[in-house]
Amino acid sequence: MIKQELMVVTKQEKIAEHIFQLTLQGELVSEMGNPGQFVHLKVTEGSTPLLRRPISISEINLEKKQFTMIYRAEGAGTQLLSKKKTEDVVDVLGPLGNGFPIGEIEKGQTALLVGGGIGVPPLLELSRQLVAKGVNVQHVLGFQSKSAVFLEEEFTMLGKTIISTDDGTYGYQGFVTDAIKDHNIQFDTMFSCGPTPMLKALERLHGHKPLFLSLEERMGCGIGACFACVCHTGDDPTGTSYKKVCSDGPVFKAGEVVL
Amino acid sequence: MIMLQVNLPGLSLKNPIMPASGCFGFGREYSKLYDLSQLGSIMIKASTQEPRFGNPTPRVAETEAGMLNAIGLQNPGVEKVVSSELVWLEQYDVPIIANVAGSQIEDYVYVADKISQSKNVHALELNISCPNVKTGGIAFGTIPEIAAQLTRAVKEVSNVPVYVKLSPNVANIVDMAKAIEQAGADGLTMINTLIGMRLDIKTGKPVIANKTGGLSGPAIKPVAIRMIYEVSQAVNIPIIGMGGVQTVDDVIEFLYAGASAVAVGTANFVNPFVCPEIINQLPGRLKELGFEHVTECIGRSWK
Repeated sequence: MIKQELMVVTKQEKIAEHIFQLTLQGELVSEMGNPGQFVHLKVTEGSTPLLRRPISISEINLEKKQFTMIYRAEGAGTQLLSKKKTEDVVDVLGPLGNGFPIGEIEKGQTALLVGGGIGVPPLLELSRQLVAKGVNVQHVLGFQSKSAVFLEEEFTMLGKTIISTDDGTYGYQGFVTDAIKDHNIQFDTMFSCGPTPMLKALERLHGHKPLFLSLEERMGCGIGACFACVCHTGDDPTGTSYKKVCSDGPVFKAGEVVL
Repeated sequence: MIMLQVNLPGLSLKNPIMPASGCFGFGREYSKLYDLSQLGSIMIKASTQEPRFGNPTPRVAETEAGMLNAIGLQNPGVEKVVSSELVWLEQYDVPIIANVAGSQIEDYVYVADKISQSKNVHALELNISCPNVKTGGIAFGTIPEIAAQLTRAVKEVSNVPVYVKLSPNVANIVDMAKAIEQAGADGLTMINTLIGMRLDIKTGKPVIANKTGGLSGPAIKPVAIRMIYEVSQAVNIPIIGMGGVQTVDDVIEFLYAGASAVAVGTANFVNPFVCPEIINQLPGRLKELGFEHVTECIGRSWK
């Protein structure tokens, strides 16, 4: 159920260039469970910035009633968020959207998790839940350069992890699609989150296999009422059929929507 | 609550608070968060004759104390709105104001005829600010004679009172309001969004795909207050006010300016519980200000 709560900051840490990890505590966590969902944050009480910020959930701790998110402090809103300290409160609306369908993969099968940049965080909770289910997980995580890499250790503890950087300053040099090919990675189901060009390339190369993609789109309300984040469906690419990224997604099966 | 009751043409409202069209869908999303029967009314998303997908994304951009949007009237078409959305809304004890949009007069007439027959639709709101109209461009919202012609045509077919939503993108809002009143409109809703634009600092290109969009949110509240203040003293039909309402004090300011009821738009995106919160706060705030009934606030600013 969607709830709104003033949640308490328990930890805020800079973990890479412009990248922050924020842990919040509150009753709202008991509604979380599905990896790939997101929250909508109001970073100030005033009117500037006015709108909430959609940020993916990267870890859920039901026992401690805490969840963690990782975000890039780039615009005015996320920069304000990065200034929040322990015991400050943040206005959280969530959990929102439908996450990754972990029921689509069986125990003993292999899942390949492919992330790009700020699309990497939601894959961490996904990987943990898949490992807990007995799925073999492998990760290919793409970043722009060495200074932007984060969560490598956390993912490595869960399964084989390949880091790629666009400029080659760390790990494999090149795109995640090339890393998958060059390392000859085999898998039963792929789950991915990252920039749209990356998702398009993955759909083109691997869309014949079970492939689930988490999309990003500019949102207004985050709950499906404003029709800001609407996309065409794959079976009606120019017609009036649609899916809303915020409430029908953000995770879609490859081909379900037009990227 | 008795002190919040307001009666307008076609609308016996238990309170004067309602979500504005385009900011509430058809209510389904918000129904998961609270009981929609608490609302005075619901102004549902615009309906057109044919289903519309709307504009390419990105469709929204943030601004100082506001937002731009160019959704493009996305809706499933009037037949589906009547058979599905309005039937679903019947479970709630709330009168519906149906927003009617089109590209030419015949479209508006078609939609108004169909939708005004729905039993829970108690009033229409004519959307005359559509940027993509075929005949005369933006003329419906900016040329008084054409707005009056449209109002007359819709009044002929509508089973329920007709309110016309005024665009603020005009030289003289009072002339527009008077022309619409003379054409037989039962009420006005105002204001719609102001046309605006934002450019991306890195690319130099417009931030939203449609290039321009409608500015809403608290940034436009002073414009709305001024226009309602001017129009409400020049016409004899009631006004449902909107434009940047976020708080109970904003509502009272709109009533002071001359509105008889108030719609909440963009604030629903910021706080989805804003409408019931304002409804709950309104009686206490009215008492603090020395009012026994909400209607005592209406037009307090007038000369």
